[in-house]
Amino acid sequence: MGERVGKKLSQSAAPLFDALKDYRARRVVPFDVPGHKQGRGTPELTEFLGRSCMSVDVNSMKPLDNLSHPTSVISDAETLAAEAFGADAAFLMVGGTTSAVQAMIMSVCKGGDSVILPRNVHRSAINALILGGIRPVYVDPGTHPELGISLGMAAGDAEAAIKANPCAKAVFVNNPTYYGVCPDLKRIVEAAHDAGMAAIVDEAHGTHFYFGEGMPVSAMAAGADMSAISMHKTGGSLTQSSLLVMKGARVDPGYVRTVINLTQTTSASYLLMSSLDIARKTLATKGAEIFRKVVRLAEYARGEINGAGGYYAFARETANGRDIFDFDATKLSVHTLGIGLAGVEVYDMLRDDYGIQIEFGDMGNLLAIISVGDNDYAIERLVSALAEIKRLKSRTRLGLWDHEYISPVVRLLPQEAFYAERRAVPLASSEGEVSSEFVMCYPPGIPILAPGELITKDALGYILYAMKKGSLVMGPQDMTLEYINVVK
Amino acid sequence: MELWYTEEHTPNVRFSIKVREQILSEASPFQQIDVFDSEEFGRFFTLDGLMMVTEKDEFIYHEMIAHVPMATNPGIRRVLVIGGGDGGTVREVARYGGVERIDMVDIDEAVVRVCREHLHFTSCSLGDPRVTLHFEDGLKFVRRFERAYDLIIVDSTDPFGPGEGLFTKEFYGNCFKALSDDGILVNQHENPYYDSYASSMERAHSRIREFFPVCRVYQAHIPTYPSGHWLFGFASKKFDPTEGIDAMAWNALGIETKYYNTDIHRGAFMLPNYVKRALESA
Repeated sequence: MGERVGKKLSQSAAPLFDALKDYRARRVVPFDVPGHKQGRGTPELTEFLGRSCMSVDVNSMKPLDNLSHPTSVISDAETLAAEAFGADAAFLMVGGTTSAVQAMIMSVCKGGDSVILPRNVHRSAINALILGGIRPVYVDPGTHPELGISLGMAAGDAEAAIKANPCAKAVFVNNPTYYGVCPDLKRIVEAAHDAGMAAIVDEAHGTHFYFGEGMPVSAMAAGADMSAISMHKTGGSLTQSSLLVMKGARVDPGYVRTVINLTQTTSASYLLMSSLDIARKTLATKGAEIFRKVVRLAEYARGEINGAGGYYAFARETANGRDIFDFDATKLSVHTLGIGLAGVEVYDMLRDDYGIQIEFGDMGNLLAIISVGDNDYAIERLVSALAEIKRLKSRTRLGLWDHEYISPVVRLLPQEAFYAERRAVPLASSEGEVSSEFVMCYPPGIPILAPGELITKDALGYILYAMKKGSLVMGPQDMTLEYINVVK
Repeated sequence: MELWYTEEHTPNVRFSIKVREQILSEASPFQQIDVFDSEEFGRFFTLDGLMMVTEKDEFIYHEMIAHVPMATNPGIRRVLVIGGGDGGTVREVARYGGVERIDMVDIDEAVVRVCREHLHFTSCSLGDPRVTLHFEDGLKFVRRFERAYDLIIVDSTDPFGPGEGLFTKEFYGNCFKALSDDGILVNQHENPYYDSYASSMERAHSRIREFFPVCRVYQAHIPTYPSGHWLFGFASKKFDPTEGIDAMAWNALGIETKYYNTDIHRGAFMLPNYVKRALESA
């Protein structure tokens, strides 16, 4: 491997991908794990997934490097990923963006520390607080008065929270939210750094910010310390693969690797890792072109959907300089209350009646993800199906929930509540208790209640309404949701 | 040396025609277009390797997809043909003097260009002054109209690739909306014999049935299509295709056909039991 030293790698290279192809070509006789032995032991699975897939489902070995301690091809793949994202260091992640979010938070906070975060964070962020014994300082991200969606956290609100909590160790930001709303990231990062705090960013839905033209600012460009990036969401890698990127001297990459290794598998999947390597290569070399097409498709769909009337496909025109600082034009977010249907109802109709699976529907909106894999036919089907649903199913607007943000009342640290003595009470009569578990609609997986929070009338009403409308409400140990665990 | 065109009707069944000469091979942005000359079937053209039209048997398909609805309602004036880039369906519809307007929508301009150049026997009426060609996705085209057509003919490829959107519920719903109160929708309905085609047929039938009060299926014998037994869907808001037909009136038009006649018209709706059962359970 001596020749690697000092060699400048090109973005059109994919070192991990190449190493796997070499491995396959050498026809190595495997007396190591996995036991399916290149698929020979599992004919049914091999027929289903294909021999070429099974033959590279391998374990770490010298020529293929080791994710826990990368020194060769994985290290090269990470170097290339860092460069592609304008970062100083990057980590391939195989536990989803969940693992990247948790590694970020636990790299900058330890037990008893506080982190400032908007309430509409993904559950993975709050899980990190449970694991680390970290205290949340929630900021109201803002709610859109007509659309009912939670927004991007106004920079002024973040600054006020920083001022009020000078001992907090980090500010955590979504860029963008599930719906595509972006905060004033540069200003928030600056405020955090001025107060000596780390700025860490959940860019689960922001991969394309690094490669498209005219996109909202990315975390690395805004000077943030770390970002968790779901390459699999819009970047084309396999489900569960992700990246953690970082920049600057505030956090030590070696320490981040140690934190990642606390919970990361020691048998990292080469299918996932090679998909990250290939997706990074594609984005770095063709990303601008790919996302030009994605934006064109999304703009076309918005024009057609808004032309049909009733629906409101919203985007950049909603920007207000505060809690909607910018908007991700690749997201196809559609407000459905104008046709008298909840977003989740349209979501169900699209799937059951039209064979179209979209990302999620909440009370008033639905979200279709448009990405590298989409084409004109698919968009046309979605647009036509929405027009048909409006023609056949629209109702008057009455009786729909018109707001979404529920202000959390935090009574205990998430970790304290999670490990506290608990008892199960009927959900319907749980008002006034302190929840010891999560309740959320999935997707998007943003908590309505998190461990340690008071079960308020608003929260309870929203959960019952969401269940009635057919949302997949989950989190509690009792999967039927008749009972909820509360702190004794 | 022998040169053969082969289509896999299923992974286990092949259909081959001996080729005299390949006339053209072109990749459009949508599909692979090939034109061949053969001893047995004359000139023929394929899309993505699948048989579309042969000089020798195209009359069966085009006569049956056009004359059945045209004879059912002699008052048809405005016709929309979706797909059908070879022009054969338009050729048959254009034979009716009462038709005032024919819109043909094909997603692939290259198919129409190739057929105008190399398949005169089907494309000969595309220059008719009543005909307007539109090159876009049929699903998109039909979405903007309300009660605008008396007849929509869906002359599409199979429901895999560019033709996929033309077998969907959203498409049939939009067709219903685009048709007048006595409108008729006819579509190529795949074959009932081989499983993969038969399931497309059943799905299409059950989706059309959701919208149209009259929903029937008729058949024809087409030697070069998989299994040779081909179905057409007939859906309408008002007209029943067998009860309503005025045979005398149609015969008085004096349209000369090679396959279609008013007896075939009635008989084509009489289906084998296995097809009936499949449609009933669809």
